Amino acid sequence: MNAEDKLVVRRISNGTVIDHIPAGRALRVLGILGITGDEGYTVALVMNVHSGKLGKKDIVKVEGRELSKEEVDKIALVAPTATINIVRDYEVVEKRRVELPGMIEGIVRCVNPKCVTNAPREAAKPRFRVISREPLKLVCEYCSEYLSEDEIIAQLAGS
Amino acid sequence: MSFRGKDVLCIMDFTRNDLERLFRIASSKFEGDELRGRVIAMAFFEPSTRTRLSFETATLRLGGGYIGFDAVQATSVAKGESFSDTIRMLDAYADAIVVRHSLEGAAKLAAELADSPVINAGDGSKRHPTQAMIDLYTIWKEMRGIDNLTYGVLGDLRYGRAAGSFLRALNIYSPKKVYLIAPESLRPREELLDSLKMSWEFADLSEVLPELDVLYVTRIQKERFPDPAEYERVKGSYRIDASLLRDAKSSMIILHPLPRVDEIALDVDNTPHALYFKQAANGIPLRMALLREVVP
Repeated sequence: MNAEDKLVVRRISNGTVIDHIPAGRALRVLGILGITGDEGYTVALVMNVHSGKLGKKDIVKVEGRELSKEEVDKIALVAPTATINIVRDYEVVEKRRVELPGMIEGIVRCVNPKCVTNAPREAAKPRFRVISREPLKLVCEYCSEYLSEDEIIAQLAGS
Repeated sequence: MSFRGKDVLCIMDFTRNDLERLFRIASSKFEGDELRGRVIAMAFFEPSTRTRLSFETATLRLGGGYIGFDAVQATSVAKGESFSDTIRMLDAYADAIVVRHSLEGAAKLAAELADSPVINAGDGSKRHPTQAMIDLYTIWKEMRGIDNLTYGVLGDLRYGRAAGSFLRALNIYSPKKVYLIAPESLRPREELLDSLKMSWEFADLSEVLPELDVLYVTRIQKERFPDPAEYERVKGSYRIDASLLRDAKSSMIILHPLPRVDEIALDVDNTPHALYFKQAANGIPLRMALLREVVP
């Protein structure tokens, strides 16, 4: 982070810093985490700042909230370049890269209404194979329907 | 590779060698009682005539017995029992489960739940692997091979599971060319087209008919259409009759997974091109061969 960013975003004492989010996607990351602003967390959001690695990037800082594994997996779907820093007492105690697994289970739904995973009371959990990472494209293991990046983002932001 | 105990979910799970082995068994006119003492569950959650009756006949001819249903109204599914629970129950009763269902991926789910092998007899609008085996077997027998032929696949290539499975099946071989002949709204889905490694293109029947060795015709299925008005608009536009066939090679064969409605005129039935009844008859030896190989 350069000096200019530090002026915009103060360090946090306890919580999570999600760095290296692809530029323009910070709001989607907040959407995935279900953070609307009403929860009372102190949230800092920086969009389109300079990044050595990405050219431009977004950053999200959430005071007082650490992320679960499921949340990290969801972030991987919309922000595969993101890094997660867990901060306790102003120190980064854990630094994690999000990782997009080859198989995505249970996070997103199949868009095919006739897919068995959309049937109520059946034992099928939605499961997708990642067939493209950039742009993100998944294929349903049950019915072979594609799931595009736009559909994934719409689902995750809405959930 | 042995099929014993293996699920039959998608034609693309099979190799050329697997299929040729089945074809050789099917064509050997074998008889036997390999299924004596075995019970096959016929779980038809959606109506079927040919597929169900040919699986039942194949079972009986191999000395086996079968249980099952062909209408969910007569089962606990009508009381609200789930597909998953029904499959778990049948798994305890039978040595193999033949499944047909309107939902896509139902056979895969059944295979995950059941220890017994599951044979997909058509699920949703994409997969019908044993039909594809019968189609290939018919071509293998009649044309003495499947490679290097020019194919026309006509009709509903989007909602028809037989056509989709046939295209996936051709993909295992090396056709010279495959022409997809369908109204724009019934062209195959993107994911199917993406999976095709063979040479294919969209075409009009009249332009490519003289080139074809095999014309695979499918019904435009009303029940698969989201919009009935769209069905009425396209249903008459893909019809084969004897006068049209004057432009075809004399050796060209016409296949159809049946049932047909009016996409093949009755005057085609008596031409040497018409192979669809033979194709339907091939369902018995092919499904016998498959059951013999799969049922533990």
